[in-house]
Amino acid sequence: MTNLFGTSLHWPEGCMAGTAMHELSLCESVLQILEQQAEAQQYRKVKTVWLEIGALSGVEIEALRFSFDVVIQGSLADHARLEIIEVPGQAWCLPCGRNVAVQQLYDQCPRCGSHQLQVNGGDQMRIKELEVE
Amino acid sequence: MCGVCGCGEGHSHSHDHDHSHDHHHHDHDHEHDAAHAHAPGLSRVRMVQIEQDILAKNNRYAAKNRSYFGERGMLALNLVSSPGSGKTTLLTETIARLKDGIAITVIEGDQQTARDAERIRATGVQAVQINTGKGCHLDAHRIGHALKSLEPDNHSLLFIENVGNLVCPSSFDLGEAHKVVILSVTEGEDKPIKYPDMFHAADLMILNKTDLLPYLDFDSEQCIRYAKQVNPRIKVLPLSAKTGEGMNNWLRWLKAELELQRIGYA
Repeated sequence: MTNLFGTSLHWPEGCMAGTAMHELSLCESVLQILEQQAEAQQYRKVKTVWLEIGALSGVEIEALRFSFDVVIQGSLADHARLEIIEVPGQAWCLPCGRNVAVQQLYDQCPRCGSHQLQVNGGDQMRIKELEVE
Repeated sequence: MCGVCGCGEGHSHSHDHDHSHDHHHHDHDHEHDAAHAHAPGLSRVRMVQIEQDILAKNNRYAAKNRSYFGERGMLALNLVSSPGSGKTTLLTETIARLKDGIAITVIEGDQQTARDAERIRATGVQAVQINTGKGCHLDAHRIGHALKSLEPDNHSLLFIENVGNLVCPSSFDLGEAHKVVILSVTEGEDKPIKYPDMFHAADLMILNKTDLLPYLDFDSEQCIRYAKQVNPRIKVLPLSAKTGEGMNNWLRWLKAELELQRIGYA
């Protein structure tokens, strides 16, 4: 398979419709934003990208790093450094009436054991900041 | 340039612009060249605050689709599942039972082939096939283009059959009213906690192929408990698209949801 820039990728077969493919398309979205912003923000090269990734976003950080390096080849972010800011998961527990920390979407409330939790933090995938020139 | 979103057909690079100027250029090559050709003495490293959601572009198209559906009083459903859960059979059986009273269109997503769209068209309704190729999910932009060619009726029902994949489609809003996740009883009952993102994003879980329950060790109660752990608000409809058991409840759910869209309640 080839990526957007025509360079060859060797991707494990099992990943085609799975997790790594997911991170690959997220990285393509990141690159699109970098390209769009280049004109408005007057930069020609991206040296570092800070991404804020929530623990409940479903993003596999290692797969994201791997995909990032693949996707940026030959782009304005070629050889850019990827910095990940991991944000812990947080949910509102209905019975407790307060925010609690969660690691997974199927976690129970660490205080009361309820599953009546509404995720209200740690599900984001955001570009935070760039180092450019 | 297309009339749906102003993009240049066939380009896989960025299509949208935050600002509303009307020119539409694709200057990526120029950007790349410039990046490589800069003079060493001129480089000035600085920080830029972006604060942008990675999925912002998809979400903008999704919002456009959602208002398209809203203006027309349509019900759009995003059907998601693992491959082989019986989505297409459920759809053809549903269409056969509803098409005389309700206008229905279908968007079919698969990595390759138009086989599913052909199965849908055989029921007599209009279907558009989107082949995602290497991609593992449908995105809101491609749905916008499919709507352009489908031109669905006001107050109609649109099924979007997503690529068989319980991972990626959970993150991509298509503008639908609900994600409906289909889980067949031939899969493990722990799928909801193995793939929590999808069950968290869905409003309805259909437990399909219930006619096979006597031959399997599948624990339906446990499966529903797992689904509610991940998403306390999820509703569950068990059915067999093959024997028709439980289908009536699904049809009633569809009609009720469509009615809500038609009165502009949702």
